[in-house]
Amino acid sequence: MSSEWPLWEVFIRGQHGLNHRHVGSLHAPDAELAIRHARDVYTRRNEGVSIWVVPSAQITASAPSEKGPLFEPANDKVYRHPTFYDIPDEVGHM
Amino acid sequence: MYAQMVKSEATEEDPEKLAAFQARIDAGERIEPKDWMPEGYRKTLIRQIGQHAHSEIVGQLPEGNWITRAPTLERKAILLAKVQDEAGHGLYLYCAAETLGISRDELTEQLLSGKMKYSSIFNYPTLTWADIGAVGWLVDGAAIMNQVPLQRTSFGPYARAMVRICKEESFHQRQGYDLIRKMAEGTPEQKAMAQDALNRFWYPSLMMFGPSDKDSVHSTQSMAWKIKINTNDELRQKFVDQTVPQAEFLGLTIPDENLKWNEDKGGYDFSEPDWNEFYEVLKGNGPCNADRMEARTRAWRDGAWVRDGLMAHARKQATRRVAAE
Ligand SMILES: [Fe+2]
Ligand SMILES: [Fe+2]
Ligand SMILES: [Fe+2]
Repeated sequence: MSSEWPLWEVFIRGQHGLNHRHVGSLHAPDAELAIRHARDVYTRRNEGVSIWVVPSAQITASAPSEKGPLFEPANDKVYRHPTFYDIPDEVGHM
Repeated sequence: MYAQMVKSEATEEDPEKLAAFQARIDAGERIEPKDWMPEGYRKTLIRQIGQHAHSEIVGQLPEGNWITRAPTLERKAILLAKVQDEAGHGLYLYCAAETLGISRDELTEQLLSGKMKYSSIFNYPTLTWADIGAVGWLVDGAAIMNQVPLQRTSFGPYARAMVRICKEESFHQRQGYDLIRKMAEGTPEQKAMAQDALNRFWYPSLMMFGPSDKDSVHSTQSMAWKIKINTNDELRQKFVDQTVPQAEFLGLTIPDENLKWNEDKGGYDFSEPDWNEFYEVLKGNGPCNADRMEARTRAWRDGAWVRDGLMAHARKQATRRVAAE
């Protein structure tokens, strides 16, 4: 029987109310210990106020080969950005 | 450095793919685990990151040696925190290596079988409390020199691990310098201990950067792949130039008669370490190689029942949860 503990991905939310952010991964036998290990490995200097752990095997990632079809369509849609529009100075800040 | 003399693997692959890969690296793009990469790149990185990770873990031993004998509670707390950081560094790096398709257990087994190496520096003993200062100041100082540029290395997970590590290293070097400064400013006996620590750690620290560029056979490919950023001699020179004034401030003497400022190159001339000693240490014949491997093997063996027990418990709990649903 392999005793290697499964891999978990660790997400931490910092002090300032931002989203949980992926910080790395670690091995642990179960979710409870994964959180304890994450506390020790990733928050030794007040990096967080909340921890999520997810089994790495549960993550579905987009394939590198899909980069084109997935992300290129956004390239030519400049009108989605505020800077596309000219607002006369007289109008003031918008 | 922490990864000394990492042999780069030759790559025989589709030249078109190789060229596209090199173009990505030249353009400063990060390579991520699922991206196509040459076998040689993957294998060299496993070796390099693995060796770096093992160094962080084995590197806890010479300092851990003094935790119970730290002279004050404050120094003890500082040293504990420092050694705990090194455990964390090892874990960040193991995870980066694992994204390349090797398991944590395989990495550990390759360390214990001697197939993978760790830095030569950790095969030297820490004989006195002043050595703990010398380790933080010189050994972590040398490590920082190497790790800062690696934050820009081409492999994403490695670069990100380096960013975390570099954030934590500066505390390591500063607490070491602070410690040895207290001793250098103490009684004549304490100052003598500080000098003795510098005498013993100076050349082993210079060895951390690996052999001279003219004897370093693996650099070219690794530099093209941006998994090595500076040459060994560049970093060693930088380290000497940075450290000499720090020693002067302490009133300590670098144990090198040939140390001399060289106006033309804008750096110090200095003596090479004894490279025969370096190769002997790498072969396993350093003062502490056997001790270090013994300690790691014992920890792995004695911890087996804990790893197995917790896994068995987790499986049982999972089955119960399913049954209850
Ligand atoms: Fe470290
Ligand atoms: Fe270190
Ligand atoms: Fe360190």
